[in-house]
Amino acid sequence: MGAQFDIPALPGQRVADPAAFQGVVVEGVSKSFGAKVVLNGTDLLIPKGETLVIIGRSGEGKSVLLKHIVRLLEPDSGRIWVEGQEISRLGIRHLMRLRRRFGFLFQGAALFDSMDVCHNVGLMLKEHTDWTDERMRERACECLSLVGLDGAADKLPSELSGGMKKRAGLARAIVMEPEYILYDEPTTGLDPITGDAINELIIKLRQELGVTSIVVTHDMPSAFKIADRMAMLSSGKIVFTGTVDEVRQTDHPMVRQFIEGNSQGPLGAF
Amino acid sequence: MTAILANIGRNVKDGLSGAGRGVVLLRAIVFATRQFWKMRGEILEQMHVVLVGSMPLVIVTSVFVGAVTAVQAVYQMQAYVPMKFLGTVISKSVFIELGPVLMALVVGSRLCAFYAAELGTMKVTEQLDAMCIMAIDPVSYLAMPRFWAAVLMIPVVTIFCDVIAIVGGYLASVVTLDVSSGTFIEGLRMFYKHSDLLGGLIKSVVFGGIIAMSGIYYGFNTKGGAEGVGRATMTAVVGSCLSVLVADYLLALVLFQIIFEK
Ligand SMILES: Nc1ncnc2c1ncn2[C@@H]1O[C@H](COP(=O)(O)OP(=O)(O)OP(=O)(O)O)[C@@H](O)[C@H]1O
Ligand SMILES: [Mg+2]
Repeated sequence: MGAQFDIPALPGQRVADPAAFQGVVVEGVSKSFGAKVVLNGTDLLIPKGETLVIIGRSGEGKSVLLKHIVRLLEPDSGRIWVEGQEISRLGIRHLMRLRRRFGFLFQGAALFDSMDVCHNVGLMLKEHTDWTDERMRERACECLSLVGLDGAADKLPSELSGGMKKRAGLARAIVMEPEYILYDEPTTGLDPITGDAINELIIKLRQELGVTSIVVTHDMPSAFKIADRMAMLSSGKIVFTGTVDEVRQTDHPMVRQFIEGNSQGPLGAF
Repeated sequence: MTAILANIGRNVKDGLSGAGRGVVLLRAIVFATRQFWKMRGEILEQMHVVLVGSMPLVIVTSVFVGAVTAVQAVYQMQAYVPMKFLGTVISKSVFIELGPVLMALVVGSRLCAFYAAELGTMKVTEQLDAMCIMAIDPVSYLAMPRFWAAVLMIPVVTIFCDVIAIVGGYLASVVTLDVSSGTFIEGLRMFYKHSDLLGGLIKSVVFGGIIAMSGIYYGFNTKGGAEGVGRATMTAVVGSCLSVLVADYLLALVLFQIIFEK
């Protein structure tokens, strides 16, 4: 954990009428696990069509924040809107319908280990479309080749390397052409070349399909390349947001320390 | 003292809230049964796991259950009860009690451990979360097929057990205990009642439900890593066995004291 700075939420991260906002609104979300406070009044706006990169120290709650946006976790307090719908109020049916518009890449890939890669990627198609088996397989293979996994379709997840699992998870997240994709460390564990290909894919998805992306990453070159805006999470709050240029030029001490990878500074080393 | 009371209070509260969530899960499974036809492939696969996978266990258990019952019955009857009742004793104890209960304990534990470990691993590796995100309900997709596979197949396994145990009892009696084949079969026929067999099967349907619910519930509620999966599996099997024994007593009262009384 970093030092406990008590920085108020930035005024720019709230909107007067979240129900009218096109995109995702996270408003005052707090979450604790037992005595451990993870999120402590997090405010965040993600306009539609934007790629937002969230940075922050390991263990600060970035993955927890992502899971709140799709209601895998319920906040202790605070609210979240997606396109004007407050997700904690949605009934199960509406929530399911909303989730179909989301893709989610888990930090640990979370592939179904009883199914081969092709079925992992195609499962959503099988459940939510009436496509034929050939068509599903074709689409699954198409997504797999987008992430550079041609030929891995018939392998089981246990036969893949860590980076291949990650990419199979990414293929699974994009198979239904979602409008929102949440990436939890998409390039971690990949070699620089594959990592850059994934960056290009994320950019391409936004440009061609207008996907709204929220990316959690520690990979700063990747962050600068794909982001429209960056936000920094520290001590359970968003302490900084800004465009890529603003981040480059900022003299916000925490952000500087983070992007320079300096163990000396306000965040502390451990 | 207050600490002990508080502890008991907490355990009772946990137990009740657990039971409450169990009922909610059961209701969700029953509700998800609308998708029975759509999920038939998965249900058949799970039925296959119960039946085919358990067969060696069923055969060995049943043969020896029948044989032991024969030996014990002969010892207890000795000179007081005519040997023509041997078949009656064996068949009644197997149909009513031994078949359903032993299958629920032996095959049931195997199944319950399998469900709890499989679903628990899926829980701790975020596979269940992934399923939720994909707008696929783990209750319909995972719990419902497993539940029905157990409810439908545990009685089938019990029928196998009944038949094999009678054969085991017959062989033990005729080969090692000097009872003639005719005497044994006469006893088997003499007091046979459909209600005995039926009562046993009704019990095993309920046991199937208990076994599945225990495995699924503890699997879905697994926390932590490998240790959590181990703990969930252990709790599930113990819970399933104890519940089966308690349910056995209650069902015996209801079935054989009230329903089949006349
Ligand atoms: N299910 C949980 N139960 C208890 N504590 C949890 C749970 N999930 C997360 N935490 C705690 O919340 C904190 C934030 O976890 P999270 O996974 O969000 O970190 P992160 O910012 O994604 O870190 P990393 O960059 O290493 O992935 C951690 O300290 C972790 O211990
Ligand atoms: Mg994380």
